[in-house]
Amino acid sequence: MRIFNTTTYDSLEDFVYSKAKNPVILKNGMVIGGGMLYPEINFTLPTMTINKETMPQILGIYKEIATGICQRAHELHVPGFVAEIETLPPMTFNPQWGIDVCSTVADVLNSYSEKYGYKASVRITPNDIREGDDLEHMWHGRHWDSILNTFEGCAKNGAELLAIESVGGKEVHDEAVMFCDISKSIFALSVLGCKDMGKLWTEIVRIADSTGTIASGDTACGFANTAMVLADRNYIPKTFAAVVRVVSAIRSLVAIECGAKGPHKDCGYEGVFVKAISGIPISMEGKASACAHLSPVGNVASCLADLWSNESIQHIKLLGGMAPTVCFEQLAYDCRLMNEASSKGNDKALFLRDCLADSDSLYDPQAYVLRPDVVLDISKQIMKEKTYYDRAKRGAIATVGILRKAYDERTLKLDDKELDWMDRIYDEIEDMPKTEQELTELMIPLCEKLNPEKYDLI
Amino acid sequence: MSNLQLISESVQKGRAKETVTYITEAIKEGVSASDILNNGLLDGMSKLGVRFKNNEVYVPDVLVAARALTKGLEELKPLMISEDIKPIGKVVLGTVKGDLHDIGKNLVKMMLIGNGFEVTDLGVDVSAESFVNAVKENEPDIVALSALLTTTMSQQGEVVNALKANGLREKVKIMVGGAPVTQTFCDEIGADAYAADAASSAELAKSFVIHKQ
Repeated sequence: MRIFNTTTYDSLEDFVYSKAKNPVILKNGMVIGGGMLYPEINFTLPTMTINKETMPQILGIYKEIATGICQRAHELHVPGFVAEIETLPPMTFNPQWGIDVCSTVADVLNSYSEKYGYKASVRITPNDIREGDDLEHMWHGRHWDSILNTFEGCAKNGAELLAIESVGGKEVHDEAVMFCDISKSIFALSVLGCKDMGKLWTEIVRIADSTGTIASGDTACGFANTAMVLADRNYIPKTFAAVVRVVSAIRSLVAIECGAKGPHKDCGYEGVFVKAISGIPISMEGKASACAHLSPVGNVASCLADLWSNESIQHIKLLGGMAPTVCFEQLAYDCRLMNEASSKGNDKALFLRDCLADSDSLYDPQAYVLRPDVVLDISKQIMKEKTYYDRAKRGAIATVGILRKAYDERTLKLDDKELDWMDRIYDEIEDMPKTEQELTELMIPLCEKLNPEKYDLI
Repeated sequence: MSNLQLISESVQKGRAKETVTYITEAIKEGVSASDILNNGLLDGMSKLGVRFKNNEVYVPDVLVAARALTKGLEELKPLMISEDIKPIGKVVLGTVKGDLHDIGKNLVKMMLIGNGFEVTDLGVDVSAESFVNAVKENEPDIVALSALLTTTMSQQGEVVNALKANGLREKVKIMVGGAPVTQTFCDEIGADAYAADAASSAELAKSFVIHKQ
């Protein structure tokens, strides 16, 4: 178990996109975090049913998606890229389906890589199916076995990077988000989430080691992105979503503690804190993820990215081609520009980084907390604490303080009802129990959807 | 300030205990269940609903108010039964088979409750057969179907077909929603209405039952 007591980065001067303190080298020689920003494309099926009968058609669609991307990579002189496959639930319940999809995409990538000489790699992200009434236990039973079998099968059939958006604690967090209950959110992320991450990532790292693949990372998409989407619809305060984003970093760091090496997955923006603390490369998504959801962080999200992603796009026809191909082109041009800035010197890269941050951070607290200077500040404060629970509380309090100061200094716009909620969040955290044990005892009776036996809590 | 106004305000502030206290007092004073329901509880939710629509409050404020309303309804229930007061409509709600997303569905549920509907929540990953059984058992006015994935939204069509096959289609209005769902898709599968968000789902539901009356 790796223990992080301090941030890996100390200075803002080397905290920049495309460069990570601990880069990841793929089998094909592609170095992620080694000074070159690469696109990471993610895609999903059009409206259709997944079953045994439609699987041949589905494999055909994935082949078409991969072919379109590979062809466009050649046309645009892209030096390398990662294609992420997020399996849909039936593809994890039936691991062979997920494995077949992985193998299909990997075959196309390998074939085009050989033909045109660029570097391409597959990241597999099995859908975490550990939800619902028929879940026996978080760490054993049919659901657990299916996830691990999907990982192992894909690792042996073309995937090089293993990732997941795990859901430990999500049943509690869903309610926490709806009611903006920060105590429950911290319980879900720093107690249930971290406990689950420890179990899950020990197994994923074992599979990676035994298959010669790379355990990469785990985003809190189902937690912090859910909050973001609700905040963007004005359902919940943006400041609450910003605080949840920071707290989610404590949970996501556990994968790295267990031995994951990166690149951290794209769809949770907490990767920037994980990079600050651990030095691993990260994938981030921003403006190109508009195809999947609104986000207030389109530019600032790229400040520290080592892979630049699009979240996910449906395979539908656009005038410029099939949507994944079109989206890949957008990513490729973003990367080309940012790499060009880097090639002109670190000062130029830092200038671009700061422009990207400044262009977003005034308008939304969720963007403000992703500013590289703020990320480093909050990460250092988090590292002052030892336990996950204390880190979560410290991170949340620090975030509220930083947002309040930014508002007072007029570097962040907030409406009045956001200010009221910041006070509420702050007061609630101050009143939280001193220890994780006390919090757990307090929370179990309050969390209607939590079955503590599934987490071995009782 | 009358007890009805106090009930309305306590609901808007999400103060469940106060809501129950004021209802008890109103009942003692001989105020009818219908008055307490319409001019107290639902008046409070309606006023808060307007503030939500105007972006003056957030969903948690509405949810806390809905909790107060639910507590108030529990207190009022015996009187409602004796006066034969019924909810404005009944809804059977669920996320379709293969889909485990429930936040959107839960928001719709709370909005419906806040607007005076009786809601039977079937949960997530609900089969077409379960929807059919719930319609037979509860005889709702509306069936509301949620789906968040491009690969599960087709299950909404399966539910429509299953209701048709069981001779129940004409007895209910079917509402569909979820991120990938559109009006075009709603029309294609033969549902009655597409709701873009939780607030509009409650308005749609109300329009259906008002039209029915």
